[in-house]
Amino acid sequence: MIVAEKKPIEEIIDYVKDFQKLLIAGCNECVTVCEAGGKKEVGILASALRMYFMNEGKKVEIDEVTLERQCDHEYLEEIRDRIDQYDAVLSLACGVGVQFMAEKYFSTPVFPGVNTCFMGAAEERGVWSERCQGCGQCILGKTAGICPISRCAKRLLNGPCGGSTKGKCEINKDLDCAWQLIIDRLKELDRFDEYEQIMPIKDWSTERAGGPRKVVREDVRL
Amino acid sequence: MRINYPGTIRIVRLPCTGKVDIIHILRAFEKGADGVYVVGCLEGECRFENGNLQARKRVDQAKKILDTIGIGGERVWMYNLSSSDGPRFAEYAVEMTEKIKELGPNPLKKAKEKMAA
Repeated sequence: MIVAEKKPIEEIIDYVKDFQKLLIAGCNECVTVCEAGGKKEVGILASALRMYFMNEGKKVEIDEVTLERQCDHEYLEEIRDRIDQYDAVLSLACGVGVQFMAEKYFSTPVFPGVNTCFMGAAEERGVWSERCQGCGQCILGKTAGICPISRCAKRLLNGPCGGSTKGKCEINKDLDCAWQLIIDRLKELDRFDEYEQIMPIKDWSTERAGGPRKVVREDVRL
Repeated sequence: MRINYPGTIRIVRLPCTGKVDIIHILRAFEKGADGVYVVGCLEGECRFENGNLQARKRVDQAKKILDTIGIGGERVWMYNLSSSDGPRFAEYAVEMTEKIKELGPNPLKKAKEKMAA
């Protein structure tokens, strides 16, 4: 999932302090699961902002909505008939949702309510860590299902480097060395001989370095 | 056990303090409560293992939010006691009432009156 963190309320107040009617829009997908921008967080933020503005003596009307997704036309369309009532939208979706909202409702200011962090997994309740950088050419089949692009600080294709000590990375003692994990798992899978094969230079043009990316699937287009 | 405690307190009964969410605390203030306190079982004695510990975390988060928006985090407290400890329940009720009296009414009440005038 896409992992996000709530923005500090002070920052959000600074964005929306000059508007009279606000819509706070949550998203039912990734940000709900990582407890940053779902229905619950929308309710808390709306309540906090209502109290803040009332305490400041400002009359600000705040409505709440949580869409199934903010990265799909069909769900964003659900608010088309009432979007003009609002001076601004505060979207608690990831950066994708905020942008899609801004593209769709061109004349309505849209502000982000969360900081989008990475694509990751929930290690345990309240702990999320990065697992994928969307490099566009998955090599997990060669690395025992452990991604050195997202989990090695140097993104090494032939690791580990000299900074790997007792299975940990030199940048952080709490961070597992991805290449140590790869070696351990290759051994477990009885495929350690594959470790000896030198991985060729990766084509980074499919990664973000190659510019903004797009996937076009003619087979599923209407 | 005919123990008195201040009549200004309204009790909201829950199956466990683990049910308390930040939004419940915030809504109470939005509706004009001067203070909110959560009374849970003693730490380590939760029937559901960690309900009272979760409640404490949520109380702390509500405190932070209330501080940020100018209502004051000291209006929210978490107390722990044994479910059979009636005298202490009354003691905490008195303590909380005194704390809130010192702090004065919920600032939103004044703000509402000003806006209405």
